[in-house]
Amino acid sequence: MSDALSDDGSVNQDDSQEDVMTPAELIAKLEEAWLNEKFSPELQENKSEVVECVMEQLTHMEENLQRVKKGDAKACIHRMEIDRIRFVLSSYLRSRLQKIEKFFPHVLEKEKSRGEGDPSLLSPEEFAFAKEYYANTETYLKAVALKRMPPNLQTMDMLKAVPEPCLDSFVFLRVKERQENILVEPETDDQREYVVDLEEGSQHLMRYRTIAPLVSSGAVQLI
Amino acid sequence: MFCEKAMELIRELQRSNEGQLPAFNEDGLRQVLQEMESLYEQNQTDVNEAKSDGRSELIPSIKLRHCCLLRNQRCLSAYLYDRLLRIRALRWEYGSVLPANVRFHMCAEEVQWFSHYKKSLASFMRSLGGGEGLDITQDMKPPKSLYIQVRCLKDHGELEIDDGTVILLKKNSQHFLPRWKCEQLIRQGVLEHVMS
Repeated sequence: MSDALSDDGSVNQDDSQEDVMTPAELIAKLEEAWLNEKFSPELQENKSEVVECVMEQLTHMEENLQRVKKGDAKACIHRMEIDRIRFVLSSYLRSRLQKIEKFFPHVLEKEKSRGEGDPSLLSPEEFAFAKEYYANTETYLKAVALKRMPPNLQTMDMLKAVPEPCLDSFVFLRVKERQENILVEPETDDQREYVVDLEEGSQHLMRYRTIAPLVSSGAVQLI
Repeated sequence: MFCEKAMELIRELQRSNEGQLPAFNEDGLRQVLQEMESLYEQNQTDVNEAKSDGRSELIPSIKLRHCCLLRNQRCLSAYLYDRLLRIRALRWEYGSVLPANVRFHMCAEEVQWFSHYKKSLASFMRSLGGGEGLDITQDMKPPKSLYIQVRCLKDHGELEIDDGTVILLKKNSQHFLPRWKCEQLIRQGVLEHVMS
């Protein structure tokens, strides 16, 4: 892949990092994060280390491309590869931003109330963006309408006004690590809860809520 | 019937095509706010009377008016917020400079919201990758080919591409250009992707 172009293709540029991945592994990680983000109804944990590494990788590939002789056929292929990776990265970030905007009060609430050791939902930049979006929207609604309303109606509870993500939507998934005894809650009153075992490599269509923790842990991949 | 005007505002948005922004209905907004004011005043009077004279038969109408007030608030917020979402979509579709005919349909506060939104988005994009920056409003579609055939829809002057060559974008001229260079211009309507 990009091993052909980068000088030290087998080791990630930043040696001081603990996880050393090959560029191929890094891109695979990006694609996994991208698919999970695209297909899940709620915002996933942020993966800013992956984003940063991919951007470093792209810069590195662009630099290498400059050095290649103009008109060399290989340049086209590598250019294409850079474009593809940049597309996946942009799509991933866009997906996240769309969910942040769509569920902004809930996202901010979740981030504020998470425990000290818990992984963060938003990167610092996304957190700043979410706060600005909240403030901007609230200021706007107040200025245009709320402040002209009767005294007891001048505030709006954003958490109630903005819908939450629908965690009961169905998602397709592929099992990466075998799981036993997954409890599936009943959907209607006349159903009963039951357990399933998820075999490695099998594919399923299930309610997101049932397997949400498995997506975060990497045990399943949304497809 | 109460809340009629508020429903009309919602219907106005529902009727308009996907993504289109109709003119800001200042009149409609004002009428709903006026209705809310009068409902509130009537309720104030009735609440006082119910308390002082013990007229508990007023309570159902107080409750009704309160429900109408809440409904009006909800409809107005829905109307305003839906417009914001359409305006937000414009940033992603057209870029940070909105066409004049769209701006004309926005009220002053919406223009301000848009201005804050694009600033916020710009700082977010600039901060990506530890300060390196990435314009995520580009690369909206997966790259299929490296170069594409485009036709120029209007005169746009000169365009310099990465290897230094300068292309003159004259109306109706056709060029074979790198895809990434053309994306924004295609979205703005300057170029048209010619599919053979």
